Amino acid sequence: MLRINCPVCGTRDETEFTYGGDATVVRPAMDETRAQLWLDYVFNRDNPRGPHTEYWHHVQGCRQWLVMERNTLTHEVGECHLAKEAC
Amino acid sequence: MSHYSALSVFLNALKGNQNWQRAWRDPAPKPKYDVVIVGGGGHGLATAYYLAKEHGIRNIAVIEKGWLGGGNTGRNTTIVRSNYMMPGNTMFYERSMKLWENLSQDLNYNVMISQRGQYNLCHSPAQMDAARRRGNIMRANGIDADLFDRAEVKRRLPYLDYSATARFPIHGAIFQSRAGTARHDAVAWGYARGADRLGVDIIQQCEVTGYIWDKGKITGVQTTKGEIRAGKVGLAVAGHTGHLADMAGLRLPIETHALQAYVTEPLKPMVDPVISFGAAHFYISQSDKGGLVLGGDLDGYNSYAQRGGLPIVEHTLASAKALMPSLSRLKLLRHWAGVMDMSMDGSPFITKTSVDGLYLNGGWCYGGFKATPAAGWCFAWTIAKDEPHPDNAEFTLNRFERGYQIDEKGVGPKPNAH
Ligand SMILES: Cc1cc2nc3c(=O)[nH]c(=O)nc-3n(C[C@H](O)[C@H](O)[C@H](O)COP(=O)(O)OP(=O)(O)OC[C@H]3O[C@@H](n4cnc5c(N)ncnc54)[C@H](O)[C@@H]3O)c2cc1C
Ligand SMILES: [Zn+2]
Repeated sequence: MLRINCPVCGTRDETEFTYGGDATVVRPAMDETRAQLWLDYVFNRDNPRGPHTEYWHHVQGCRQWLVMERNTLTHEVGECHLAKEAC
Repeated sequence: MSHYSALSVFLNALKGNQNWQRAWRDPAPKPKYDVVIVGGGGHGLATAYYLAKEHGIRNIAVIEKGWLGGGNTGRNTTIVRSNYMMPGNTMFYERSMKLWENLSQDLNYNVMISQRGQYNLCHSPAQMDAARRRGNIMRANGIDADLFDRAEVKRRLPYLDYSATARFPIHGAIFQSRAGTARHDAVAWGYARGADRLGVDIIQQCEVTGYIWDKGKITGVQTTKGEIRAGKVGLAVAGHTGHLADMAGLRLPIETHALQAYVTEPLKPMVDPVISFGAAHFYISQSDKGGLVLGGDLDGYNSYAQRGGLPIVEHTLASAKALMPSLSRLKLLRHWAGVMDMSMDGSPFITKTSVDGLYLNGGWCYGGFKATPAAGWCFAWTIAKDEPHPDNAEFTLNRFERGYQIDEKGVGPKPNAH
């Protein structure tokens, strides 16, 4: 069980959250016309073995989107902040 | 190396089983091979076997960082089927089914293929329609499929929940009679022995840590046992595909996720076929030792840890109980996890890459065990001929930019949903 430290609700079980994937992926500007950038955004991932910055949605809590650091090899959970607050 | 037969079992038994020879050699790596395959799971070993057998390329090494079959090959729930309906998948998986049917004879090694049949249950009229469509596509391609209504499913599988209070009422099922299970370890060992007999060097406890480059082309691998040069390098590393691709400068449409499997205490024969629940991701079969083998959803977040968390254990067992209430007092004996190369459309890659000298077999998600024979066969073809066989022609990396995803489940680019 991952224990996620929601900045609003405190430390809660992973089962209250929905995973949102790699948080370093940035959507291109809406007028971007280079297909490669859209391809990278929609499909390609770094998929690191180690530190990972990722989205979690506190669906059964404050319903905020969070950005959390987690190690994909050890599952060690690190810093967590609200996605709407730039880090 | 000796040929296995009923006679050899008998004669060895008479001598107290003292004289069995080891099934494959344990060679030190040579400085150079024509082909180096990274990953000693079923796919890597099968690739080496078919390269040697079908294409006469015998100067090959298979390099494995742990032990043979210690990855997903030895961790999966061993279900073998060919009930796919998307062009690109259908005939590939049917090739695999046909290879399975003769694999024990071909390898002279009993892979214990058991064509006990697989039911995919339907729990709504819409699911019945989708199953009918899938079945029709399969039959149009010469693959066996049957659609059963509720009464027939109840007659065949009386132990499921047909009560008025069943959470997801059973409307019927689509059935493939040629589907079933195989013995996972035996698949790795059988291909290893077969490849070794054809001259392939199998090198265990040797991790690939980088590549040897020559003017932008990969010409070998760096390993924990030194440099090994190669005409061509083929990756068959399942969940570690992203990691090995990254070392080659490739960013792939793959995320690595953990999937668990579970075995209960042994029972007398109860579940003859393979049964997949249609309302949640859950399936069940019974091993020859009597344990019920259960599988379910991914843990749900990127992971390279070969262990799973408890929430999914509970989720899977809740599905088990919703489908078969009689399981409720069984004890789980063991559960474990493997790390899966989840591709963005749920379909695999058997392809050349944009890096000269590097070939890729990956993206198998949780369905690559059944693919083992055909994946090896097609990957060998692709490496030997530098072009795909028609059966793996769609398993390219550039299908995403061309708009030709093979999204069998129709869930879009969300790897933890396939
Ligand atoms: C719990 C679970 C249930 C599953 N159930 C099914 C099922 O019922 N039916 C089905 O069809 N499929 C199933 N699968 C999927 C299936 O197991 C895999 O797709 C398939 O076994 C992949 O085979 P492989 O040979 O590519 O990978 P693996 O057997 O994982 O082999 C890859 C090998 O590469 C090695 N390796 C990695 N990195 C390096 C390196 N740097 N250097 C050297 N070696 C390296 C690893 O040690 C490993 O042995 C399941 C998987 C899991 C985990
Ligand atoms: Zn919260």
